[in-house]
Amino acid sequence: MSSTLASTGTEGKTWGGGSAPLKASYGKMMMWFFIVSDALTFSGFLAAYGFSRFKYIGSWPIADEVFTHVPFVHGQELPMIYVAFMTFVLIMSSVTMVLAVDAGHHMKKTKVTWYLFLTIIGGLIFVGSQAWEWATFIKGDYGAVQTKGGQILQFVDAETGHRLALKDFATPIESERVQHLAKNGIWFESEGSHTTFNLQEVIAGMETHSNVIVRTQTLNAQGEKTLLSRDASLQQVRNYGRQVVEGANLKVNEYGSPLFADFFFFITGFHGFHVFSGVVINIIIFFNVILGTYERRKNYEMVEKVGLYWHFVDLVWVFVFTFFYLV
Amino acid sequence: MGAHEHKLAIFRGLIKFKSNTQKIWGVLVFLTIVTAVEVVLGIYKPAVLMTALLSPFDGGFGATTANVFLSPFIFLKPLNLIFILLTLVKAYYITWDFMHMRDETQALRRMVVWTAVFLVAYLIFILLQEGGYIESIYSSGYIKRGF
Repeated sequence: MSSTLASTGTEGKTWGGGSAPLKASYGKMMMWFFIVSDALTFSGFLAAYGFSRFKYIGSWPIADEVFTHVPFVHGQELPMIYVAFMTFVLIMSSVTMVLAVDAGHHMKKTKVTWYLFLTIIGGLIFVGSQAWEWATFIKGDYGAVQTKGGQILQFVDAETGHRLALKDFATPIESERVQHLAKNGIWFESEGSHTTFNLQEVIAGMETHSNVIVRTQTLNAQGEKTLLSRDASLQQVRNYGRQVVEGANLKVNEYGSPLFADFFFFITGFHGFHVFSGVVINIIIFFNVILGTYERRKNYEMVEKVGLYWHFVDLVWVFVFTFFYLV
Repeated sequence: MGAHEHKLAIFRGLIKFKSNTQKIWGVLVFLTIVTAVEVVLGIYKPAVLMTALLSPFDGGFGATTANVFLSPFIFLKPLNLIFILLTLVKAYYITWDFMHMRDETQALRRMVVWTAVFLVAYLIFILLQEGGYIESIYSSGYIKRGF
């Protein structure tokens, strides 16, 4: 039925179909477009972080004081060291990934297998480090008091200028306060776990230790947190103190604005989820390589497409690193 | 598969590598150096880099325009400006050499990069502007303009 086939006169020309002006396969191009949209999602989160930070620019926590821990190293403040290590691990796993892609172009199955294996190990080290970073942040280190207005008051030794942990000065008071459980109450409500010390114990400790002063969240002209005088310190805690805060969660944050913790959990969590799913996809591809799927297909483009995703995860981390830990 | 020829020069042809593998290691060395510089600057925070280079201009339309165009030097500490620039440099080499954007066609490159850059720039502008506005209302006793 040749009469139903319209001839457009463009056969063999640019618009005649069958040409690939971008010289990229469908799958690769779609991976790129997915990456663009995912990049916009991450930008939305980071820009929202910037919004909140600009809104509270005068009292935002100083990241160097928050992330100071390195596993197996105790009693030392080492800002940035561990997160720099994590960054390096992720860049390194990006390198092994691109080496796997390169080996795939040369159809070297053994090399692809090994490089993919190393990439997976790198990803796992990163996710593990991220989990450790979360755990440390949730646990907290010094403890603080939150005021009725939601401000965070931290404690400093007036003589040495060093931060004081609650356990350094709080005086334990014998009391009968028991955690309220859902099974006991008439409204089936329960309360969260208790902090190590309560507000009265902190106030009692402040009264007996004359060297304890309060540090507020307000940043001075030098970009340092404001220290209060001894009298003002006592007054702040006695009159405005509401509860003791240890560590950080979505509601309270001993390091300052709860928004800082919220964004930290959300953005690094979303990124960590990307790394985790990247590892899972890498494992699937890894087994496909071992089984010889791509050998039979006569090209390793699937490794390249997954590689694009993996590099993107690294790319996002570069920005998270800058805006959460450096700037 | 003959379609895998890579462009092996980086820094606008300043360094040319012999193979793709060699280029990958070269880029790794460069990215590691950049990260190390960031970490060292972040730990020591040199005092010279902690205050903005210029102070905001006062006056009419011309001053406001200058404040907008020179905003990176007026409202940002040089240290933070360096961090942001180094981040963009790292992002460029990850995209161009690890993700092989250098070897893609110009059209694909522009589709991906321009779309993202334009939308992200807009998003950052609008949100940071708003955040700064709210802060100025908080810090000036809930009055933005006393007529």
